[in-house]
Amino acid sequence: MLSLGSGGAKSTKPSFVSYVTPEEIKSEKDPPKQEKHPDLLPGEVEFCSANPILKYTQDDLSQRGVFGTLFCTNFRVTFISDEKPQEKTDKTFKNKLYGENDIPLMCVDHIYGVYDEKRKLITGGLVKNKYPSKMIIHCKDLRVFQFSLTFSKEEDAKKIFQGIAHHCLEEKSLKCVFAFSYMGTPSPGTDLSFCREMQWKQETVMFDSPEDWTQEMKRTKANCRLVTENENFELSQRLPKYFVIPLTIGDLFSYQGKGLPIWCWSHYSGCALFKASFPPVTQEDGDFQKHLDTMINAVAHNHLYSVKTEDLSESLPNIQDIQQSYNKFKQFFLIENSTDFWLSDVKWFSSLESSGWLDIIRQCLQKAVEVVECLEKDNTNVLITEEEGTDLCCVISSLAQIMLDPYYRTLMGFQSLVQKEWVAGCHAFLDRCNHLHQKDKEVIIACSFLPVSSDAILQPEKSPLAQSGPLSCPTVWDWSVQFDSKAQNFFFNPLYLEKVKHDRAVRKPHKPKHQRNLSLPSTAFKTPPKKGFFKDETDSLKKMLRVKRLSRWRGSPDAPTATTREFFESWQHRPLDYHGLLLPCLDGPAVHIWMQRYLRWIPEVYILGGGSVAVMTKLMELLSQVQDLKRVLEQRDSSQAAKLDHRPYFQHRLLSFDSSGRLSSSFPFAYTCYRSFKPIIPTGLMQSLMVTDSLASQEDEASSVVSFV
Amino acid sequence: MVEEANPAMASAPIAPYNSSPLGNSSSPNASRESLKMEPLADVAMLPGEERVIDKDIIYICPFNAAVKGKVFITNYRLYFKNTDSEMPVTLDVPLGVISRVEKMGGASSRGENSYGLEITCKDMRNLRFALKQEGHSRRDIFEIIFKYAFPLSHGMQLFAFLSQEKYEENGWNVYEAMEEYRRQGVPNSEWRITFINKNYELCDTYPTILVVPYKATDEDLKRVATFRSRCRIPVLSWFHKENHAVITRCSQPLVGMSGKRNKDDERYLDLIREANGTTKLTIYDARPNVNAVANKATGGGYEGDDAYQNAELVFLDIHNIHVMRESLKKLKDIVYPNVEESHWLSSLESTHWLEHIKLVLSGAIQVADKVSSGSSVVVHCSDGWDRTAQLTSLSMLMLDSYYRTLRGFQVLLEKEWIGFGHKFASRIGHGDKNHADQDRSPIFVQFIDCVWQMTKQFPTAFEFNERLLVVILDHLYSCRFGTFLYNCESARESNNVRAKTVSLWSSVNSDTSLYINPFYTPESSRVLYPVASMRHLELWVTYYIRWNPRIQHQQQSPVEQRYKELLVLRDQYLKKLEELQLSDSTPSSTHLTNSSTPNAATPNQHITHLQTPF
Repeated sequence: MLSLGSGGAKSTKPSFVSYVTPEEIKSEKDPPKQEKHPDLLPGEVEFCSANPILKYTQDDLSQRGVFGTLFCTNFRVTFISDEKPQEKTDKTFKNKLYGENDIPLMCVDHIYGVYDEKRKLITGGLVKNKYPSKMIIHCKDLRVFQFSLTFSKEEDAKKIFQGIAHHCLEEKSLKCVFAFSYMGTPSPGTDLSFCREMQWKQETVMFDSPEDWTQEMKRTKANCRLVTENENFELSQRLPKYFVIPLTIGDLFSYQGKGLPIWCWSHYSGCALFKASFPPVTQEDGDFQKHLDTMINAVAHNHLYSVKTEDLSESLPNIQDIQQSYNKFKQFFLIENSTDFWLSDVKWFSSLESSGWLDIIRQCLQKAVEVVECLEKDNTNVLITEEEGTDLCCVISSLAQIMLDPYYRTLMGFQSLVQKEWVAGCHAFLDRCNHLHQKDKEVIIACSFLPVSSDAILQPEKSPLAQSGPLSCPTVWDWSVQFDSKAQNFFFNPLYLEKVKHDRAVRKPHKPKHQRNLSLPSTAFKTPPKKGFFKDETDSLKKMLRVKRLSRWRGSPDAPTATTREFFESWQHRPLDYHGLLLPCLDGPAVHIWMQRYLRWIPEVYILGGGSVAVMTKLMELLSQVQDLKRVLEQRDSSQAAKLDHRPYFQHRLLSFDSSGRLSSSFPFAYTCYRSFKPIIPTGLMQSLMVTDSLASQEDEASSVVSFV
Repeated sequence: MVEEANPAMASAPIAPYNSSPLGNSSSPNASRESLKMEPLADVAMLPGEERVIDKDIIYICPFNAAVKGKVFITNYRLYFKNTDSEMPVTLDVPLGVISRVEKMGGASSRGENSYGLEITCKDMRNLRFALKQEGHSRRDIFEIIFKYAFPLSHGMQLFAFLSQEKYEENGWNVYEAMEEYRRQGVPNSEWRITFINKNYELCDTYPTILVVPYKATDEDLKRVATFRSRCRIPVLSWFHKENHAVITRCSQPLVGMSGKRNKDDERYLDLIREANGTTKLTIYDARPNVNAVANKATGGGYEGDDAYQNAELVFLDIHNIHVMRESLKKLKDIVYPNVEESHWLSSLESTHWLEHIKLVLSGAIQVADKVSSGSSVVVHCSDGWDRTAQLTSLSMLMLDSYYRTLRGFQVLLEKEWIGFGHKFASRIGHGDKNHADQDRSPIFVQFIDCVWQMTKQFPTAFEFNERLLVVILDHLYSCRFGTFLYNCESARESNNVRAKTVSLWSSVNSDTSLYINPFYTPESSRVLYPVASMRHLELWVTYYIRWNPRIQHQQQSPVEQRYKELLVLRDQYLKKLEELQLSDSTPSSTHLTNSSTPNAATPNQHITHLQTPF
């Protein structure tokens, strides 16, 4: 599964770890004096380094920076400052594997070189000759690093530049992915069976065993069939080992691994959501038609012979469009200096709009709401299709499930959902992100607290492996590898209320409604749009689907907004139940960008002492007070002798925000904690607002005749 | 009387952002367009409110279909209630918000509901009513609305003068100029209080009490007045207790085409500079440079370099009242009745509304930054009552945490806006039928929007909540209170506003719990610098788009709700713990009974189904 095969195939080089040339590995015979070394992770190897390198400070126009050493290892590019860290900036949210100045190789998006004041995108060809005076690294997590190479020895500078460019930009075999070399173990046990017993494991369902699927079917009362025939990938490489299909499908092998309706989720009414890739295309139309019929009938059979089908590749932007939009969109956040920032501030809204990103998000959410409407209101089965069935299908099905099923709004539930729909669901993470790009994920509906979904993605070195079976690699869900327990607390939304067992549901106030619609899919689809005969055949398939529609989406693909609108409004009129159905509001003013992800590295937007974190801090403090009080009371309750001290009052904070210092709105991401107290004054205002009409030149008081003296 | 006035307000907390702005609708369900209301006859009228006419009418609701019902007009409001369906639809509109009433269609117009009235409101909505075509049915109602909505154009009094409301608090006492200056640390050896304007002889649009440099004599002031537009000389607005830097405000100097100079004015500004030893006084001219230059043609201008050698002049590029008026008009076009769908962001950008907000905020940031770094500043625009008021009050809000309290904010408005003569009457057009008056402009709305932006960026720094801001804007138009009436203090005095009308703060301060931000964390010595970037500025949807039932906001933010629940829970636990501790010191028998019934003792129903995640 996963595109192991394609990864290997694309590599033109012999694929083994040997792409590291021996001279790149720094030998011990020449230990540089008083040079610092990064703390290597188990299995991490240092390739090359250079000193002194100047790292520019980002929030500064004056092009100042810090000197230090730049390293490249098989895991990351890292910079170690010569200066001693001035103050212990206690970063509460810290990744144990890499820090502020670490860039995992997989996280590098683009490298630019500045040659004689000119900026060039570094590609394979440019690496050979000159090295640039300045190297700018754009990361996939939207950080921007700028290093000046002019201060170190020429050969060092050249070596580090070539090293970094090579390891970041060249194609490589899957085996070189650091996760395979990583020897770190979070816990004594290394084999998966042990991990399984660990607590985190008990809760995140991995969907890599028949039991997980059976359990999930039981949970949603699904009446479908578990397929185990693909245990050794005999049916298809592109299908998971285990999956679930409608009961009535008989001959699995005739599908050649394509076009099987895969069960996603069952509504309590009995109807269910299925997803499918397009059926195999053969020479004879009849075969295809037959496949299609069986497919649709099988889904219809699931509940009351009803089905609605939706070809997502027809009604949503395709992957290339999404990728293009994301590329455009992310440029707005890769900001190198303050001048850029203020210049782009003027046209901020129209820039956002021109990227089309928010509109794609809206369309995805919209489509998901339509799916939800079918399941919830009409109680019909839904089959969503797409050529591969592993991209937009994953987006839509997981979104719909988040809206419908409160379980997926819990931390563990959300992780399980990602496992189910994306990892086990064979989303081609490797293709979508690994080949120097990143297919980000679905849309999250502000589900768990801060970074869950983003970080799950920001570990591309790990996620491809999470499901790949027998490897003894830790999975992303083992957060303890990356974050200490304190930081892990940030994953929890302090507003979340568990459903109370007895009487009625209590609200689970996750982020306010207007923030529900934050999201982030990105795609990277390097291969050019499919052309030629294959495309034609897909077209014919589409035609057939269109002809075939049993009760396809009513009306044309763009019409359903009106009815969905009604659906939304009727939902809106009911009292809000956080443990029931949640629908996002998709009106223009309600869809915002996800500030904490996209803008978190830009110092200009930090609100010192403000932002929603200020409220969260208050809430957290209060929450821990309440919990402590409760504990004290319970202790007193249990031990009647009760001469208990009141020590625990404020001791076991669930989360200790540094309440003495002033946090910035980008907390907990921003590293530069204590910026100077100076306000940020917008520049370039003059040009910004050229009101040209005659009003601007009018007097405030039309009647005013200033007539003194 | 007190009892009667309060219930209307008391019902409001349940529906903070209701479609009926004045909180008379008692539904828990925010802007779902309407909600339960007593039968027409039982509408809680304000003391002094009188019914004028009732009429069967059709309300053409832009969000639903046409609704049949009855309209009910008093000397204060227009009230509509539907009669046809179960889904109640009501409107409760103070006549003061009406900017224009028009007849729509004629006796011969065809089509359903084509004959009626169209009412344009100042608060981002329009209302359309249809009537039966027979017998000139709309004539009387049109005339009555026209008359009562624009009483000043008909020789009648504003409702504020007819209202008989009584409150425990007297809001007119909120602001006492002397007291406020004393709080700031004035007078002192650098600044003195002058009563030169006690009969409004120096400047008729200034308040009676002014603070000026200690060394400036009253004669100096008179001479300076001749060189400042409308005699609005530089006077102190705010004094920084630690570094003694000040914010002073004034109007433009009367430089004119010939580039006149005035030694007294120059010396006077130098006295301001010298007061705390500022090396270079910074003069913030709120206008764009070109406008300041253009003003020379009408006798105004700006402080030239050679005349004012110890001062630097900074233009803040904020546009004039006409630009702001058009900008808000454009904004209304894209949000009412329907929110522009397809190109929301670029439409929003094209209104420039947020961009103007950004300019005002960043101007205020610069002022605040300069003052907190120890330099005194002078702020002016043309006349010093629009942009100047915005800049001084916003920078004071950034610098002085007192103004971020519920009472302090009232003081700020009374002082910088009402006291220093922001021309509310001209800008809003209270009771005046001339809807196209070029003097109207939403300058104060823009200021409140800036404040809202700050509260969004610093959700724990303000004692008051968003609701207060909405209520202030509602009563900016309603004419129910005297607070925002008239252009300046002298006019207010001659019309006896304090004696004859009720202050908005009387109402607000009689039930402050409605306006308290639960997250407020007092922090005295903190300067707040909002980020004036489009990345953070957002449209104040709960104000500008509140009439649209689709753009819904929850009655209460879930965060706030959760926080309040937790507060109750904490108090409960604390109480219980206290009881337990008490019982510790008493014989063990009591203790046992006490601890065995903790659950039964839980009194509050809210709490029983609240569970915290552990």
